[in-house]
Amino acid sequence: MKAAAFDYVRASSVDEICRLLADAGDEERKIIAGGQTLVPLMAMRMARPDMLIDINDVTDLAGIHDRGDHVVFGAGTRQRAIERSDVVSDRLPLVAKAVRNVGHQQTRNRGTIGGSIVHGDPSAELPMAALALEATMILRTVSGETEMAFDGFFEAAMVTNIEPEQLLTEIRIPVWQDARIGTGFHETSSRQGDFAIVAVAAQLALAEDDTIVRAAISVGGAAPSPVKLHALEAALIGKSAEALDSAIALVDEEIDPDTDVHATADYRRRVTRKLVSRAIDDALAEAAK
Amino acid sequence: MKQIEVTLNVNGKDTTLTIPPRMSLVDCLRDMLRLTGTHVGCEHGVCGACSVFFDDEPIRSCLMFAVQAEGHKITTVEGLLNDDGSLSDLQDSFWECHAMQCGYCTPGMLVASEALLAENSNPNEDDIREAISGNLCRCTGYQQIVEAVQMTAKHRREGAAHG
Repeated sequence: MKAAAFDYVRASSVDEICRLLADAGDEERKIIAGGQTLVPLMAMRMARPDMLIDINDVTDLAGIHDRGDHVVFGAGTRQRAIERSDVVSDRLPLVAKAVRNVGHQQTRNRGTIGGSIVHGDPSAELPMAALALEATMILRTVSGETEMAFDGFFEAAMVTNIEPEQLLTEIRIPVWQDARIGTGFHETSSRQGDFAIVAVAAQLALAEDDTIVRAAISVGGAAPSPVKLHALEAALIGKSAEALDSAIALVDEEIDPDTDVHATADYRRRVTRKLVSRAIDDALAEAAK
Repeated sequence: MKQIEVTLNVNGKDTTLTIPPRMSLVDCLRDMLRLTGTHVGCEHGVCGACSVFFDDEPIRSCLMFAVQAEGHKITTVEGLLNDDGSLSDLQDSFWECHAMQCGYCTPGMLVASEALLAENSNPNEDDIREAISGNLCRCTGYQQIVEAVQMTAKHRREGAAHG
């Protein structure tokens, strides 16, 4: 398993990257950052780019910045940096829980948040957490920037709505200002750190009387791309811990799991319901503290 | 597709090579630099046998192209040896505990374990199993690997205490 031949350019600025993407003509030019998704795809010849544009030297593309009502992640920020970040553990506890389930130490040291997002692996944890929290992303071309929502970005397994000339530069994840917030993240995989069979991310905010006032829940591995459970979120509002069963039953209508070598569709349905319930329980317990 | 000249710093030594961009770091280490201690298993980032240190952090050398490593510091399993060429304390503990059968996963296990010990001088069993979770041992020898890491951690703590 060796990658097909390609030309290699080590870019030194965002402008240079955008220019190289704009000038591609008939060539397929791909960005390489951590390479933890792209390189296996190239080794298996599922990707055969003509040119790789290495963005690892562009320091502007990495970093975590607290902006009050949201946290900005440079697209090239390593998963390891997110795991070790105090800003993330203080401000985005759901992201902190999610990142601990991403791969292994060797892959988190290279893998980036941007790479996880643009490749659209259906079970990737960071895109799921970002989707739940209604994050947005900044896409750059030679002619300027656009801000795009996560909802609608994931088309199908390994297919996202990024254009060949666009560079993902930033991810902006909102920070909830509510006083009582709790989070839950649950995943099942065949081996610690492997691709999730099913993963669930939940963040809830409670009112003084312990009823739910805000809910963000997403699931990975239960459809061709990560899904935000809008109907469940809406049904949870105003409920307390004792009255959740009818809401959790709504999960079934929002997911569309497939059978593959790892699990059947029916198994994924059952596991999704269970993990949603566990993630909500954790979030409620944490918020009530 | 043109070849590229790169200078790689591996185990403290610079070497200049002309290589095709598609050559993975692990192939470059083994085939060009003849550092065959690093093993190549799955070639798509699953087995961990090719783990090396990249700027002192463990990575998978099958998931990086060698041209990307220019300007960075690579340490392979050969670089873990003591200066006099003898086995390091961790390698010695692997020997003592019989922490291998076929030896295929061993270089990756050593790198993953050394990375853990650099961050945590007193890891418990869960910490060790988490640290080596990205490394497959097909002989199912994990128990002795865990014991070898614990033995090394203990020796290092005692060594530090006796100064």
